[in-house]
Amino acid sequence: MSQNFAFLDEHSKKEIRRKTLKAIVIPGYQVPFASRELPIARGWGTGGLQLTLSLVGQEDVLKVIDQGSDESVNAVNIRNLIQSTTGVEETIHSGEATLIQSRHRIPEVPLKPFQILVLQVPQPEPLRVVEASERKTKMLHGDKEYSGAFIKLFEQIMKYGHITDDADYPVMVNDRYVMAPSPIPRFDNPKMNHNDGLILLGAGREKKIHAVPPYTKVESLAFEDYPFEVEQFDDKVCRESGLTGVYMDELQDEETGETYYMTNDTSYMLEKMNEGAVNNAKQ
Amino acid sequence: MPNNDEVVLSLRDFSKKFGSGCDYCQNPDAELQKNMCPECHTVYAVRNASLDLYKGEILGIVGESGSGKSTLMKTLYFDQEATGGEYILHEDDTVDGNVFNVSSQKKRQIRNEQLGMVYQNPIQGLKMDFSSVTNIAEKLIASGNRNVGQMTKRADHFLEKVNIALSRKYEAPKNFSGGMQQRVQIAKALSNYPPILLLDEVTTGLDLSVQADVLELIKEIQRDMGVSMIVVSHDLAIIRMLCDRTMVMLDGRVIEHGITDQILEDPQHKYTQQLVYSIL
Repeated sequence: MSQNFAFLDEHSKKEIRRKTLKAIVIPGYQVPFASRELPIARGWGTGGLQLTLSLVGQEDVLKVIDQGSDESVNAVNIRNLIQSTTGVEETIHSGEATLIQSRHRIPEVPLKPFQILVLQVPQPEPLRVVEASERKTKMLHGDKEYSGAFIKLFEQIMKYGHITDDADYPVMVNDRYVMAPSPIPRFDNPKMNHNDGLILLGAGREKKIHAVPPYTKVESLAFEDYPFEVEQFDDKVCRESGLTGVYMDELQDEETGETYYMTNDTSYMLEKMNEGAVNNAKQ
Repeated sequence: MPNNDEVVLSLRDFSKKFGSGCDYCQNPDAELQKNMCPECHTVYAVRNASLDLYKGEILGIVGESGSGKSTLMKTLYFDQEATGGEYILHEDDTVDGNVFNVSSQKKRQIRNEQLGMVYQNPIQGLKMDFSSVTNIAEKLIASGNRNVGQMTKRADHFLEKVNIALSRKYEAPKNFSGGMQQRVQIAKALSNYPPILLLDEVTTGLDLSVQADVLELIKEIQRDMGVSMIVVSHDLAIIRMLCDRTMVMLDGRVIEHGITDQILEDPQHKYTQQLVYSIL
């Protein structure tokens, strides 16, 4: 039995591409689509995977990331599946890839005009916390009634003195739709604003596709006296590479118990180390 | 008493029906079985109701359960769609004519800026898991405020006004007693100084001393802030205490209206007579 190119049958891919086009012309709007069965369970990146499979062509160069890493189990398996059903070239270098599927990070290297970034989305509805009914949230989006998204942030300020949403921080897209940007860290939110590449977001379990087309205004929600802020790593230095000003993981040395920081986007770190642009802090 | 003769809200020939209606029941004078059409079985929750609300007055609506009181209130607050009729807000310059016909976005705006609603059941009016401050801020955020400092100040002001200790303002209404929840609802409804307040059976289910507190608060708000109110109740004692004018509803129709004292002392309609004399 032969397997169709990119696993899905052509009709499925066509349907997903049509829904993707609709998502692109209405930035930030969640377009429902017929989420297919895949060899991985829903909620494990099937939305992103379906977008990638529907878009990938023989010429594409593929990169798959999971929380900044090209080598974690999730990334490796998704990449293997796509590679074995398409035979496309794969890379770890953000700059070389034409198609990047990512779980919860936007790479440190800014997207280029020819690139498509596919994000895996667990919960595409930013108003779900305050409104359980899909029918009602649709009406709220229709009326541009987003007080629900704001009261969630307001409640955090009341309880903890500051906004505690560290990932999946809601954004206003093109001054119209409030969108859940998938659980990327707040640090990555500003990268979406007027960026050069196309960002597609797929939620397989929730059966929704949304998109941020190139050069679209993306604004993180905030209050006048509690402005949006990204995570600060100003005084932190990556222990492996000596990089600063990038998104870092806080880790603990198992032997000494000492807390240290390491660049989260590992391929970016490798590139920088190979260039010799940064000092290797270990030496 | 009304400050002057200025009308702030008027409703003309408002109807809410469930069913398609037929030639027989389209006629406003047609006889119905209670509120159901004998021909096509369409149910009229409210049928050709009209009212005027004057600036600063409290208008009472009484009637038995199923008479259409709550439907009327929900439609005024856009929780339900009207089937027919005209709804005019005289002090809102941003809409011309019938507000039943404006877009749902505009309706939300009117609801957030011009109206306040206190539901019989606080679950409908509050988010039980969010703190009381946030519940009040929700109304302010919906009407465009984006300043946390300003909003918490306003919330504090109104929580104090409804006698809720500020030490409990970060607590969620689900931890509160029924009376406290009702007072948080009132604080929320008032938070952006709406010219019109709708109160649907606000004291039902509260014990007498709390009832008295809530009623006193309503009176005080009317006196100090000049808010016009529509109060729905089936308790005539409350209507007598609060309302300047009263409307009596039965089977979806307004059967009698006038000065409260007049209605209670000299009821004209058979149903009203029965209602007034059935006070224990």
